[in-house]
Amino acid sequence: MIIIKQNKCDYCGCCVGVCPVNCIELKEADIEIIHDICIDCDLCVFVCPIDVLISENESNFQKV
Amino acid sequence: MNLISKKFDCIVVGGGPAGSTFADIASQNGLSVLVLEKDREIGVPVRCGEAVSDKGLRIFHDVEQEWINAMITRIRLVAPNETVIEFDLNEPGYILDRKIFDSALAQKAAENGAVIKTKAYVDGLIFDEDKVVGVTGTLLGDPFQITAKIIVGADGVESRVGRWAGLPTHVKLKDMESAIQETVTGIDVETHIFEFHLSRNWSPGGYLWVFPKGKRSANIGLAISGLYAKEGKSAYKYLQDFLSRKYPNGSTQTMIAGGVPVAKTVKKMVTDGLMLVGDAAHTVNPMTGGGIISGMRSGLLAAETAVSVIKSGQIPTKKYLQKYEKEWHKIGGKNHEKFYRIKESIFRFEDKDLNRIADGIANIPENKRSLLKLFSIAVAKKPSLLLDVARLFTGL
Repeated sequence: MIIIKQNKCDYCGCCVGVCPVNCIELKEADIEIIHDICIDCDLCVFVCPIDVLISENESNFQKV
Repeated sequence: MNLISKKFDCIVVGGGPAGSTFADIASQNGLSVLVLEKDREIGVPVRCGEAVSDKGLRIFHDVEQEWINAMITRIRLVAPNETVIEFDLNEPGYILDRKIFDSALAQKAAENGAVIKTKAYVDGLIFDEDKVVGVTGTLLGDPFQITAKIIVGADGVESRVGRWAGLPTHVKLKDMESAIQETVTGIDVETHIFEFHLSRNWSPGGYLWVFPKGKRSANIGLAISGLYAKEGKSAYKYLQDFLSRKYPNGSTQTMIAGGVPVAKTVKKMVTDGLMLVGDAAHTVNPMTGGGIISGMRSGLLAAETAVSVIKSGQIPTKKYLQKYEKEWHKIGGKNHEKFYRIKESIFRFEDKDLNRIADGIANIPENKRSLLKLFSIAVAKKPSLLLDVARLFTGL
C-alpha cells in the first residue's frame, strides 16, 4: 500500500501522470489513492519530486 | 445550477495555455465553449520555468509588457567541470509571469464569449455507447453533469480525461521528468541570461536552469528523469544541494513541484467526441521540456478542426476529429520525434563527455561562436546530434 504524507504534498500531479491504472484523485489541494485499483507498482513513489508518497514497505522499514 | 441548463458546443477540461487557446479560437469562430478549471484561480499555482521564445509567442499574440519578467538575449551553458559556454541568442526569449499570462489568455477567450468556471473538478466522462458526450464533476463541491458535442482534455500532465476515454495517455517512467523549482530572491541575477547546468551531479537525466525573474530573483529549478528518480534521491534534494552550494544566501519566495512529460506525442490525440491538447497529449518538446508554445499550437489546431467539424454539421467522430491529429504531425510531429531521439541520446552522456565537449567549445573565441558553428566545430564524435541540440536551444 502507498501512503501519502498529506501536508507535504504540492499537488503537482506528477504521480497522477505516471499512474498506469489512473487510481490517483487529485483535486485542488486534496489527493487520494483509490487502493482497490492501485497495483502497488510504486511508479508514483519514484517520480514524486518531494518524497510525498511512500510505499508501505519503505515506511515499515523506516519505523524499524 | 445554470451551468447545466446552457448548451455548449465544446467543454474544455483545464484552463492552462492549451485549453485557453482552444477556447479562444473556437469561440472567436462562433462555437460556444465552457472551460472547467479545477483550481480556484486560472494561472495559479504556476508549474513552469516560464521561458518562451519571442518568435513562438508571436505566432499567437502581440507580446504585452505585463506578461514579461525578463527579456533574454544570451545563453549560458555550464558543464559538469564548471566550464562556461556563452553565446547570444539569434532571437530574444522571455521569462513570463505565468500567473498574469495564463490569466490574460483566459480573458481573451472570455472576451470572445467562452464561459470559464474555476473550482470545477471533472471526475469522469459521460458516454453514449462508445462516444464521449459529456463530463461529470463538482463545481465548488456540488455535483454536475453536462454534455457537449466535443470534450477537450487540456488537463495537463495528469491527463486523466484521455484515459477515461480509453486512450493510453499515462507517461512512462522514463519519459517523466520529476521537477522542482524555487523562485529565489536576495541573489545577484543577470537579467538577460538563460543559464543551464548540464551535469549528472545536479540533475541526472535532465538539466538545471536559472531563469531571471528580476535583478534580485530567479526561477532556479531542475528536472531529473524518472529513471534516476527511482534511485531514491528526489528532485527536491538535488535542488537543495545546488542551492546550498551556489546560493547559500538566497531566500525562497515560492517552491513548486511538477511533472514534465518528455514523451512522444500520444499516438491517438482524438477519439469519438474527444480531443486532447497540450501536456495531456504530450506536446511538450521532449528535449527542452518547453511546453507553452507547443501546447498553444495544439490548442489552436484542435480548435480549427473542431470549428470546421461542428460548423459543417458533421458528427464529431474520431474520423473527422483526426484532421487535428494529422495537422499536428504535419506541423510539428517530425521535429517532435527528432527531439525525442536527441533527448534519449544526450541524457545518456556521461559528465566526462559533456566536459570534453564544453572544453572544446571554450577554445573557440566568442565572436566566432555562432551557435551552429560552435557545436559543429567542437564535437568530433556526434556533430549531427549536437547540431540538433543547437537548433533546439535557439528555438526553445
